[in-house]
Amino acid sequence: MGRTDLERFPYTQEADTIISPQAASFGMIRTMDVAVRCRNLRKTYDGKVEAVQGLDLQILTGECFGLLGPNGAGKTTTIEILEGLLPQTSGEVEILGKTWNAHSRELREVLGISLQETRLAEKLTVRETLELFASFYRFPRSTLEVMEEMALTEKANSWVGKLSGGQRQRLAVATALVANPKILFLDEPTTGLDPQSRRQLWDIIRQFQLRGGTILLTTHYMDEAERLCDRIAIIDHGRAIASGSPSELIEELGGHQLVEFDATGNDTIATELWRSLPGVEAVHVEDGRVMLSVRETHETIPALLVVLQKRGSHLRHLTTRQASLEDVFVHLTGRRLREE
Amino acid sequence: MNTEHQTAIPSVPNAKLPTAPPENGRWAGYGQLMMARTKEMWREPEVIFWVFVFPILLALGLGIAFRNKPAEVNRVAIVAGEGAAHALDLLKAAPQKSSVRADVLSEPDAFNQFRLGKYDLVVIPMAGGGFEYRYDPGRPESVLARVTVNDTLQAAAGRRDVLPVSEHASSEPGARYIDFLIPGLLGMNLMNSGMWGIGFALVEMRQRKLLKRFVATPMRRSDFLLALASSRLALMLIELTLLLGFGVLAFQMRLMGSWASVILISAVGALSFGGLGLLAASRAQKIETVSGLINVVMMPMWLFSGVFFSYERFPAIIQPLIKVLPLTALNDALRATILGGASLAAQGTRLLILLLWGTLSYLLALRWFRWT
Repeated sequence: MGRTDLERFPYTQEADTIISPQAASFGMIRTMDVAVRCRNLRKTYDGKVEAVQGLDLQILTGECFGLLGPNGAGKTTTIEILEGLLPQTSGEVEILGKTWNAHSRELREVLGISLQETRLAEKLTVRETLELFASFYRFPRSTLEVMEEMALTEKANSWVGKLSGGQRQRLAVATALVANPKILFLDEPTTGLDPQSRRQLWDIIRQFQLRGGTILLTTHYMDEAERLCDRIAIIDHGRAIASGSPSELIEELGGHQLVEFDATGNDTIATELWRSLPGVEAVHVEDGRVMLSVRETHETIPALLVVLQKRGSHLRHLTTRQASLEDVFVHLTGRRLREE
Repeated sequence: MNTEHQTAIPSVPNAKLPTAPPENGRWAGYGQLMMARTKEMWREPEVIFWVFVFPILLALGLGIAFRNKPAEVNRVAIVAGEGAAHALDLLKAAPQKSSVRADVLSEPDAFNQFRLGKYDLVVIPMAGGGFEYRYDPGRPESVLARVTVNDTLQAAAGRRDVLPVSEHASSEPGARYIDFLIPGLLGMNLMNSGMWGIGFALVEMRQRKLLKRFVATPMRRSDFLLALASSRLALMLIELTLLLGFGVLAFQMRLMGSWASVILISAVGALSFGGLGLLAASRAQKIETVSGLINVVMMPMWLFSGVFFSYERFPAIIQPLIKVLPLTALNDALRATILGGASLAAQGTRLLILLLWGTLSYLLALRWFRWT
């Protein structure tokens, strides 16, 4: 590798924490380790609709952070304020220790952004689109390299209008990656994609993180958040109602396991009865089905069967599964993430 | 420093050093934006048709339809009855008989067909050898027929002209309809492509959230607008060359003024209408909205600004209003230069009107413009 490569390397993120001599003091490193910070963030549209109602976030360098929530929870508003595309009504935003007002140009150089549903120009080719976006940055990545990484090389000379949904979405992320960003903002990157394209994008996001990048993404897919994110914040009605790593959140739910069953006549039984079964941490009833959060299924199920038998009701359905973020959300809000 | 770098890198698994693409210079973004606009346009066959082909087809069609023809034949209905044959004989005996075609019809037929425009004049023989003319003073051809037929009849009956006159026919390039039309089409085309090319394109980009995507990059907004303006100017040059070149080659038009003046006037026109397009597009979120807006702005100018016919036919009271329209100023300036060879200095007021429209709309557009 040439010396020039090294001199340019500060443009990737770890340079901030390691190279700068001032950063050697502990305090400096602490502040620089925070990639994105917002405090008491509020956004009110037209003086009426409160899309974001006092949000605090702290995203560390090298982290993949997810904003998880149903549609209309304020995720897009939040991420667009952090991206400097929307002014907040009140609250503070700092990206890499800088504010949008004072350092907007500098920040633009180091952020890669993929908006929800951008329709790129149909009659430009993939290569032309990437070259256009690369030209806006002082030190972009090579478009060839990015196309290779995003599995778009084959489509380099195809018009954007001819791409499939998955390819378009990869191109949208590629326009962000070509910036050689320190932080990647992805708003619903996999919405509407087939499972294979989703997995492909997850790999790309993970690779970016492995190279030291920081990611903030919004999603309403709990499996996406669970697999991809180191930490998440669950957003509902413009507030963070829980945050932590996916496993922490699931743990907070009480049990790690869920027992879901449906039996004849169970609508006449009070939830307190289920709550009193051994190992049960929480009870939730939905559409006549009972869901028990339990610590250990082998303690609960025999007791459950005994109770049912005593009451003379028959099981129509019984499943057990690992608790998921979806269950956390249902537990916290009484609603499902995606109302179907 | 160097060793510190080296220790830093392995701490990141699979760290790939970015290969070194050249650092982008100040104008890289502008260059790419310009290229992208140009490519997108050439890949849009409809745009090519409406901007380049359509005006030429229009010029060709109108140029042929309204080419200078030998004077129209006067169509005359003679009401059957006593004296009709005499009238016919007189018309046939006249020296200019070729320009009059006369038929003998029954009175109701004659009036009916005159009413429908098949005849320009009805000649009703009167007792005593005289004639009564029925003509429509609102139809120029009817007025002409009355004069011609009267002259013919009087001459045939023996009238002699008392003043000696001589005639000399003249129809040179410059006075024909096509000469009037081509500068008008050029002006209209600059208006159309300025307003659509800027206004429509911008709102489409806004609707696609492409504008928002662009401002999420370090792209300079001024570069973006500059690229729009300069691609507009490049197009203007092609439009101008094609349309004027077509007039010169196909209709032997003569360019009296200098090319440089014509190009300068066109450039001012293209930029002014680009400014108006920018203003129309400054807030609209949907292409339907901006299409309506652009049509509302352009409609009065199609009518009043003398594209296809001279605006002097409109009542005097609205003439000052017509003259401050940007397309009127552009058309007048183009005609004065192309047909009359007027110097730029003589066009000061017109250029000023154009510049005022352009600057004002540009400033307002910048105030109101929404990138998101």
